[in-house]
Amino acid sequence: MKGTNLQIDSQGRLRHFLTISGLNRQLLTEILDTAESFAGITEQTVKKVPLLRGKTIVNLFFEASTRTRTTFELAAKRLSADVLNINITQSSTTKGETLLDTLRNIEAMHVDMFVVRHGESGAAHFIASHVAPHTSVINAGDGRHSHPTQAMLDMFTIRRAKGPDFGRLRVAIVGDVLHSRVARSQIHALNLLNTGEVRIVAPGTLVPAFAESLGVKVFHDLHAGIRDVDVIMMLRLQHERMKGALLPSEHEYYELFGLTEKKIANASPDAIVMHPGPINRGVEMDSEVADGPRSVILQQVTHGIAVRMAVMSMAMRSKQDGND
Amino acid sequence: MTSMARGSRSRQQQIRIHGGHVIDPANGVDAVTDVYVARGRIAGLGAAPEGFTADVEIDAGGCVICPGLVDLAAALREPGQEHKATIASETRAAAGGGITTLCCAPDTTPVIDTPAVVELIRQRAAHTGKARVVTLGALTRNLDGEQLSEMAALRKAGCVGVSNATRPMLNSLVLRRALEYAATFDLTVFLHPIDHALANEGCAHEGRVSTRMGLPAIPEAAETAAVAHLLALIEQIGVRAHFCRLTTGRAARMIARARYDGVPVTADVAVPYLYLSENDISDFDSECHVLPPFRTVEDREQLRNAVRNGTIQVICSDHQPHEPDAKMGPFPSTRPGISGLDSLLPLSLRLVDDELLDLPELIRRLTVAPAQILGLPGGTLSTGASADICIFDPAQTWLLDHASLRSQGHNTPFIGWEMKGRVVHTLLEGRLVHSLRP
Repeated sequence: MKGTNLQIDSQGRLRHFLTISGLNRQLLTEILDTAESFAGITEQTVKKVPLLRGKTIVNLFFEASTRTRTTFELAAKRLSADVLNINITQSSTTKGETLLDTLRNIEAMHVDMFVVRHGESGAAHFIASHVAPHTSVINAGDGRHSHPTQAMLDMFTIRRAKGPDFGRLRVAIVGDVLHSRVARSQIHALNLLNTGEVRIVAPGTLVPAFAESLGVKVFHDLHAGIRDVDVIMMLRLQHERMKGALLPSEHEYYELFGLTEKKIANASPDAIVMHPGPINRGVEMDSEVADGPRSVILQQVTHGIAVRMAVMSMAMRSKQDGND
Repeated sequence: MTSMARGSRSRQQQIRIHGGHVIDPANGVDAVTDVYVARGRIAGLGAAPEGFTADVEIDAGGCVICPGLVDLAAALREPGQEHKATIASETRAAAGGGITTLCCAPDTTPVIDTPAVVELIRQRAAHTGKARVVTLGALTRNLDGEQLSEMAALRKAGCVGVSNATRPMLNSLVLRRALEYAATFDLTVFLHPIDHALANEGCAHEGRVSTRMGLPAIPEAAETAAVAHLLALIEQIGVRAHFCRLTTGRAARMIARARYDGVPVTADVAVPYLYLSENDISDFDSECHVLPPFRTVEDREQLRNAVRNGTIQVICSDHQPHEPDAKMGPFPSTRPGISGLDSLLPLSLRLVDDELLDLPELIRRLTVAPAQILGLPGGTLSTGASADICIFDPAQTWLLDHASLRSQGHNTPFIGWEMKGRVVHTLLEGRLVHSLRP
């Protein structure tokens, strides 16, 4: 495999979108700017542009997802592409058929782009390094590794709320960073955009080893962790974390790390609250926060469409202008 | 073992190997001299034995002549996984790599927990005859970690030691009993220090790289906790024990301390761990998916230091050949392991260029040192010893690529590396089993 540069073509443009790591600020800004132009379209009555007319995009989901798959589908349709959704959950996978076999079979149908979600870290890289040269791969989440479009829609949402200068922002990511592909991508993106300070807030069992090497400050206390921050990014807590001796109970987690109006008082007065969804109300945050004035959670969903349109059109453009 | 190649005509040939630089660490030989082989055994070094007439002359000019290599850890995949490799394919690869003795772990299918499986492997090896294959018996029945295996029977059948391979033991009590029972029969126990609960089905070292890549990780403590636990039992029981495949500097220091305190444990390292680190998986390169995982650059340097100061006595290949599909997939779902027979000697020779060991000492670590741990008489060029000989050109460079690999498993991250040191001839019991020159 050729590494993260796999996703960049010879002219430095996006060929696949696999991870934020290895990209540069200029490219992230281009994604955000392109998304901005699409955001205007999605707010019009006629929401379609013909950019990807005649192209076939396959949403290849090996893990269940509603929100991400739906917004990818909508993004593709608004770019006038033909979309095929293929859900291959563990139970329905034909025993013995390898991921590569599955891929080759679908590829034989002359697909232009795969949007892939898979439970194992590195799956999108693996697929990208084995697809035909004319096919692009967009990572819609692989294991604990990366979820780059989620991170970019989060950056888009922050930029719209706080302006383009990330250097003056303090951002806290709260929750299960250890198992979170969203957090990894958010951290990379925030650092590439020169965010003033990136914090993670979690108990020791949910902080990855050498977390500081990602470019974050680690807090184990929510009160201190969100003090004076401008952006609070909450992470989803999976119920199975109680079984692996990572947490004693949802109750204690909520007591210590659940976001409430009272606790938010410690943040900057105009702090925004984000969540990648779906929310466990009463675990990560209470409803008052989720539905409150600081919450931009539904805007995140809306922005997801524009950002995914941007990434899809950029990746497709790369190879259209490229050597084939 | 001695039944191998019985009746072979070449066995009777008298061979003179001349012009080579003979290095026989067990006897302190390090000189240009001649080696005489008769009736499958070393007939002498230096002057020809009385009445010796050579049927075959081997010109070893410019080459090193040393005992055939003894590899402490080679999975041959037979019985049970012949789609990956066979005893025939891998003993041929061993011969090409100057390795004359391979030690096979008990995690075959079926497991080596009965004399019948020991006998099966012996017969297959004797049939192909390209390398001697010795076996470790299972420490517990079916390697389940619950019930003792019939160790006395396994020993009688020829097992050179016992091991539970990389499988977990049910609990410390079973482990204690197994070690005590093995000690009863004077069997060496080969132990893989892995705390399976801490390893938690991870696939990468718990460190900066796994954190960035979001890979399920195995902490250093999965190894050090197991070493401490095992040392406590070994010391109390007094069993002869060998630690297999150390990967962390801290574990090596724990072994050094135990040896200093008089606990007679030995240890080995697989050669890839002296060159690669966690950084090498950073492109999700499944060829670098190994278990235990490659650790940090600091660990790699500390392992090298432990090899240099003798805490780690043996360098092995940890050969694990796979079919191509086993490495095709997202990193965590690929099979761990590296095909290592082809590169054991040339990679080890780099340690001489790196001035970690001198050439005689390196050869000791690849020949007589592992032979002693296995309780085998080989690994020397002593008069009367089996004529297992490796003749290699230490200066010849070659590219490790798919064409040059002899193992059926082409899974190695060293593809594309320039190797220095090429095996020209290999003799097993006085027969040429590999020859690059006619």
